[in-house]
Parts: sequence; structure tokens; C-alpha cells
Amino acid sequence: MKDKTPVTIEVRNLVKTFGSFKALDGVDLKVDGGELVALLGPSGSGKTTLLRIVAGLDWPDSGEVFISGEDALAQGARERHVGFVFQHYALFRHMTVFENVAFGLRVQPRAVRKDEAGIRARVKELLDLVQLDWLSDRYPSQLSGGQRQRIALARALAIEPRILLLDEPFGALDAKVRKELRRWLRSLHHEINVTSIFVTHDQEEALEVANRVVVMDKGRIEQIGSPDDVYETPATAFVHGFIGESIELPVHVDGGVIRLGDRPLQLAADGLAPGASKLFVRRHDMLVGPPGTGAFEGAVQHVRNFGPVQRAEVALSGGETIEIDAPRDRELRAGDTIGLNPRRYRIFAG
Amino acid sequence: MTMQIADTMSLSASDSKARAQAAAARDNLRTEPRAVRIAIITLAVLFLTVFVVLPLVVVFAQAFSRGILAYFTALAEPEAMAAIKLTLIVAAISVGLNLVFGLVAAWAIAKFDFPGKTFLITLIDLPFSVSPVISGLVFVLLFGAQGYFGSWLRDHDIQILFAVPGIVLATTFVTFPFVARALIPLMQEQGTQEEEAATSLGASGLQTFFRVTLPNIKWGVLYGVLLCNARAMGEFGAVSVVSGHIRGETNTMPLLVEILYNEYQFVAAFAIASLLAMLALITLIAKTVLERHLDEGQDASDH
Repeated sequence: MKDKTPVTIEVRNLVKTFGSFKALDGVDLKVDGGELVALLGPSGSGKTTLLRIVAGLDWPDSGEVFISGEDALAQGARERHVGFVFQHYALFRHMTVFENVAFGLRVQPRAVRKDEAGIRARVKELLDLVQLDWLSDRYPSQLSGGQRQRIALARALAIEPRILLLDEPFGALDAKVRKELRRWLRSLHHEINVTSIFVTHDQEEALEVANRVVVMDKGRIEQIGSPDDVYETPATAFVHGFIGESIELPVHVDGGVIRLGDRPLQLAADGLAPGASKLFVRRHDMLVGPPGTGAFEGAVQHVRNFGPVQRAEVALSGGETIEIDAPRDRELRAGDTIGLNPRRYRIFAG
Repeated sequence: MTMQIADTMSLSASDSKARAQAAAARDNLRTEPRAVRIAIITLAVLFLTVFVVLPLVVVFAQAFSRGILAYFTALAEPEAMAAIKLTLIVAAISVGLNLVFGLVAAWAIAKFDFPGKTFLITLIDLPFSVSPVISGLVFVLLFGAQGYFGSWLRDHDIQILFAVPGIVLATTFVTFPFVARALIPLMQEQGTQEEEAATSLGASGLQTFFRVTLPNIKWGVLYGVLLCNARAMGEFGAVSVVSGHIRGETNTMPLLVEILYNEYQFVAAFAIASLLAMLALITLIAKTVLERHLDEGQDASDH
């Protein structure tokens, strides 16, 4: 596997509808060899559909898919040599772990099929890779969720796939196991160096594991970028609202002034189109000061402590209520009147 | 105030009695009164005895009423042997046909979406909702001398009605829902993910079917085949219409039982009936075993 150059994936203008529902609405994406890309979006955003089309398990209404520069839509799922890991694992329930992993090797055409000893050696190697060789005689129903997930991965890797696709790989696992497996997946990807795409609705997972994140909504790609890019400089209002915990305020831009309700905000409005807009601030980017300082002013409603931060609900004088995360060095109390100044903010038209 | 004290005193005095009463009251809340329970269970047992156990006992009692020798002599009659042989042949062919048909239909319905799917599901149930006599008559209308294909068949010297092909057709028609019915819910529940996994791992359609789909539904298949076989061997109405009752040639076991009985050959009639009864008993036992396997399979699939 290691000696091969990782392949590229490219999709052009993919459209797919289910009845009247537009699952994909003109999607273009290029994945370079060896990348680990996350498709991130809420349910119904089309991410799983995109993944299944690349795998050959679904077919687009129009558009093109290229794997390693070859037209993949001219091939069935069988010919594409794509490793696919299903959300619910889809392990063969009547086969042992060993036979599950061996499946892809056993169904190969006779001319290229390994002999029994070769298959045994390869399965052993894969089970070692996922650190579960001691489970080879068990049945899937006897495994934990995390173990099933790793076996599903080993099975997909058995055919030496050109690319690896994972559909919500950790979606059905509990939080602790999920965190462990994330780190493990990243190091595994580093080790095997196969171009990989995984689907997730969990932003933390996407930001932690992937080297590039594709944010999707309503069948369209909203932003493609590094985890830092999508977090620090969201391209659209949707991305800002979806990734990280954001405060969203409806504002009005007019003649170089940003207003929240009637109140003009002391914020730079350079280059903003006039009209109704949305102001986004990360919760922890709202700095607390004495009343009268800062762009906003409000009364603290109540405060809860979350480890290193205190989360305060603040009723702004404009009538909106927001939640901010402030450091614990200055305790806030319900009833306090405070000034708030966004350290960083972004304004999107609409 | 004084009343309350008196109550408490009497309670502590007859503590155990009160506790027993409380327990009885609790039982009455949790379940029906004892008398009602006994009445219901007795009724059920009585009903089963009269309508199920008694007939079964009578069949065997009548069959052996002149001794074991008479029993086996009756079974060894050429007519009886012919009926047994014909029944086995007909059952084997129609179960085989319905196995293939049922698998294909269930596969198509459970794994694919296509227009007319609901109609197909309804159509599969048709033989269950139509009287078997009507099913038989349909074949008479199609293949009889006055039927649609009657003259063509006569010209080509092909005998369907009043011969083995007619009996096979009628039996197949009457029993065709069994396998499909057993498999459709099972396959729908299992979904298509394992098949998709197999395909993406490079398996061909046939490999996917024989290595993934079939092993997953094998107990369901056996269950369907078992019920299909029981009905195929026991079918009377549809077969009676198309068979022509030619002795030693087109009489299946159920038809022969009726004929022998009408001729007052009770031992012979019940001897053959006892074979059918034994088939029923074996079917029941096998069914129980299979149902256990099916439940286990479901548990195993419970992620």
C-alpha cells in the first residue's frame, strides 16, 4: 500500500434528487492524493449522498466523478476499488471477524486471488493493524461498537483500496470511545497514506481529524478549507453559525454605521453593503468590561460555570439575549450590568 | 381520635392475618381472581382436547383398530403406494418451484424499489385469499377440453388436466405465498447494507447472493419451505378439481383418504390419514426449532 502514490478524487457539478428533495445541488470538489478530508454538515446536507456516489453505491442525476483521473461513473462499485466503512458497520453477521476481513480477498477473481496461506497472512496483518487479532474467531454480535468499527475498517482495507470512504465512522459510538478512535484514525491514515473522505455531523471530529474540511448545507458546498480556515474565517453565515459556538445578532448596516435595533454599534463598517445583515461573534470573543465601555451593554441574567469558563446569559439593551463564555478571573453575578466588546466579529449580508 | 388508636391496636394484634389479606389484595390487583384464571385455563384445555388432541388420537386409533399388520397391509396396497409416491413427487416439484419463485420475489421486493411493488405484494397473497376450489377451477378453464388452451393442447397431445402436470400446477399455485411471505419481512429488516458492503469489497451479484444474502436468510428459507411442503402434501380442494381421481394414477394422499373412507375402508383411509398426521406433527416440531433459530438470528442482528 505504502509504495503506491495516493490517488486523487474529483467530482464536478454533481446533482442528485430523491423525488422532490435535492440532495446534491451542483457540487464540485477536488481531493488531492493522501488527503484526509471531512465532509461536515447537518443531516440532510447531502454529505452521505456525495460519499455514496463516489463509492458507486448511488448514482448522480448529472455530473462527473473521477478517481485517479479515470471516469468513475463508467464503473460499478465493484470495479472502483473503494474501501467503504458504513455508519452501522454492516459487518457480515454470519461470519467470524476473520471471515469478515477475508471476504474481499476471497471474492477476488481466481487469477489474482491469494491462496489460503496468503489470505491468512493478510488478514492477520490487518487485524494486527487495528489491534484486534485476538478477536478473529468471534462473531460481530459479540463485539463492542468500537471493535466492530475497527473490524469494518480492517475489512475495507483488505482489498487495498485506492481510496477510503467512511460514513459517520464514529456516529454510533459513545463519547469516550469516539475520542480514542478519532486519534487512532488520524494516525492510521498517516500510516497507510490512502486518500480518504469521511462524513460527519460533529464539528469537533472534523476539525480534529481532517486536514481539510468541506462544509455542506442543503446539497451545496459552503466552504472548503483547513480546519483553521473554516473556524477562523468562515466564508458564509451558515459556516459561522454551524462551526463553533456563535452569537448571532440581526443588525442593519446603513451609511457606514452598524445598528442593532435603534442603537448604533461602535464597530467598523468598512466595505459592508447596506441593508439587513447578520453579526456573528464567537462566545469567547465577547470581552467583558465595565458598563459604558464597548459596543454592547447588557444585564447578566444568570451564570453557570463550565470548567475554565463561566457561561453568562446577558440581556442586551437592544432586547436580544445572548450567551457569552467569559474567563473565571472576574466573577459575574446575576444582576450585574456589563459592557461587552467583541474581540473579533464578522458580518454577513442577508 | 380514639377510633384511630383502636384501629392501630387491632392491626398490630392480628398482624399476620392482615398481611395475608394485603398480599391477596395485591395479587388481585396484579392478576385475575383465582376462579376466573382456573375457568379460562380449563376452557382452553377443553377446547384443545376436543378439537385438536381427540381427532389426532382418533386418526391413530382407527388406523390401528385391526392391528399393526392390517395397518401396514393397507399402506402396502399398490393404490396407497401410488398415492404416496405421487404426493411426494408433486410436493418436491412445487416446493422447488416456490423456493425459487419466493426467493426471487422476496429479493426483488425487499432490496429494490420499483413501480408496481405494492401490487406485486398483493398479488403474492392472492392464493391465500382465494378458495382452493376456485384455484383448481381456473386451471380447468385454462387447460380443460373446453378451455382456452384445450384444443391446442389436444392437438399437440399434451395432457395437463387429470394428470401430474395439472396437480403440480394447482399445488404450486396454492402454496406459492409461503416462501415469499416468510422471507419478505426478514429481508426488509436486514436491509441492503451488507450487500452494499459485499459489492464494494468486489463481490459479484452471485457471490453477494450466495455468500451474504442467502446465509442471512437460511432459517427463514427453511421455515417457508417447511410450511410450503406441509400445505403441498395436504392440499385437497384445488387438487381435487384438477386430478380427475384416476385410481393409482392421479390420486394424492388426501384424495385417496376421502375415496377410501367413502368406500367404508376405514383402516386403509385412516392409515393414510395417519401418515399425513405424522407429517403435521413433524412439521410442528421442526417449526418450533426453526422459530428459535429465527429469533436468535434477530438477536444477533440487534446492534
